[in-house]
Amino acid sequence: MNIREQFPQLERKVYGKPLVYLDNAATSLRPRSVIERWTEISSHSTSNLHRAVHHIAAEATEAYEAARDAVRDFINAPQREEVIFTSGTTHAINLAAWSIGEAFIGEGDEIIVAESEHHSDLVPWQMLCRRKNAVLKRLKVDDSGHILTDALKELITPRTKLTCVAHISNVLGLINPISEIASLCHRNGVMLLVDGAQGIVHQSVDVQSLGCDFYAFSGHKMYGAPGTGVLWGRKDLLEQMPPMFGGGEMIETVSWSGSTWAPLPRKFEAGTQDISAVPCFVQAIETMKQMPQDTQVRDFVYESLMKMDDVTLFGTTDDLNEKVPLFSIAVKGAHHEDLALILDKMGVAVRSGQMCAEPLMDRFGVTGMLRASFAPYNTMNEAEYFLSSLRKAITMLK
Amino acid sequence: MTLKEKQEQIIEDFSLYDEWLDKYEYLIELGKALEPFPEEKKTDDRLINGCQSRVWLDTQMSSGRLVFTADSDAIITKGIISLLISVYSDRTPEEILQDDFSFLDALGLKENLSPTRANGLVSMIETIRAKAAENE
Ligand SMILES: Cc1ncc(COP(=O)(O)O)c(C=O)c1O
Repeated sequence: MNIREQFPQLERKVYGKPLVYLDNAATSLRPRSVIERWTEISSHSTSNLHRAVHHIAAEATEAYEAARDAVRDFINAPQREEVIFTSGTTHAINLAAWSIGEAFIGEGDEIIVAESEHHSDLVPWQMLCRRKNAVLKRLKVDDSGHILTDALKELITPRTKLTCVAHISNVLGLINPISEIASLCHRNGVMLLVDGAQGIVHQSVDVQSLGCDFYAFSGHKMYGAPGTGVLWGRKDLLEQMPPMFGGGEMIETVSWSGSTWAPLPRKFEAGTQDISAVPCFVQAIETMKQMPQDTQVRDFVYESLMKMDDVTLFGTTDDLNEKVPLFSIAVKGAHHEDLALILDKMGVAVRSGQMCAEPLMDRFGVTGMLRASFAPYNTMNEAEYFLSSLRKAITMLK
Repeated sequence: MTLKEKQEQIIEDFSLYDEWLDKYEYLIELGKALEPFPEEKKTDDRLINGCQSRVWLDTQMSSGRLVFTADSDAIITKGIISLLISVYSDRTPEEILQDDFSFLDALGLKENLSPTRANGLVSMIETIRAKAAENE
């Protein structure tokens, strides 16, 4: 089946022109299977989880737990209870930051965060450091956007507890050498958390071979339901970490003298979960597996942007195997916002601005960038249309 | 030209273009034609908050009239502020405060800008109003 037929929004028009959706890194489109599954659960299988004995509760619980198994299998997590459902990457990292902080971080301890991180993988660590009087250290990237792994060696001290990097930056689109960073960290007794919001979309992720300790991602960027996400963590660590939220489902016993926590994963899943959306991980993962693995669009857009006058591409490499089809550019003499506005009127949806990575914008000396991010349902025709629209927009602005 | 006449003229100019891309061309031309704004006036206190791009607005009083000059690092935004200046600069505070800024609705600008830029437009209007109120 044609993959495009599975995504109803691809049939849309904007301003009378066919929509060319190139903002997939912000959120991907939804396939029919996910939409139908969500509707089916909402129409027929709505019930709260775990709590009741009735038939529908069992069905809802089964659907929810099937999603956990699907995710476990998809990322090759050793154990199903290491998969914790959250509302997204942001929630997952905040939860991790709070609970890691309580369990492992004390005054004067150090946390290393890469310069290329999304605010979601930076601000929670700043908050933690303020709360615990810990020290935040910056892991730099070079001019091509590559993380300076050698600099990491220098940054790690006996006080370093944790390193946080994205698998793939949402601005640079380069696959970071996670395994290498993981072994470096582990040799020094440092934990590694990976922001996988973009990584999960473009890589087949095996948390065991990556060797990280935590991996966070969102459902909505991998064709799943918005408001869903995952924190995967190593069981021995998660077990030492106290829950961030207290409430229903996360307790073993509650009395006035105190409460005890339910075992993983429920310890971290307090309150009513998104019972319609989380089960859709099953369909989202099926969609992921059906996606064509073509690199033609990526190579074409990369080469074309590299050749364009006045265009600077951020996140460059000699080896395109480490680049995903996500392109952030700055154009000399044309503001990113003007470009995005004109492209929009041509039917092309792209992102402009700081892209939730203000420190990285400062690093490259720009006020913002223009980003086109492709999904496998985007075609060569769309890529060509994007490039010719971009050329036109630049001419208009000159 | 009175303030109302100027607004009507802009509405008429704008209506010559059916396509939004052409309207952008028009705004870009306005932006390019805006008088140069001195670098030393690009200070934070002249920045209008709430815009994705940076917009600076300078206000002077000259024989009872407000004189606005402005700049932006984005050209379409610069076109928009230029359009506002052409209407509201060199007017008395009373003239500005009596106007309801509804000519912008006639242009369809707010609906056709991205939400961030529409917010920016609202901030520009509020700043112009506030300056008029300060100098009344
Ligand atoms: C690298 C990265 N980290 C974190 C996030 C935050 O994800 P969410 O908004 O789904 O929580 C995003 C998405 O914008 C991202 O691209």
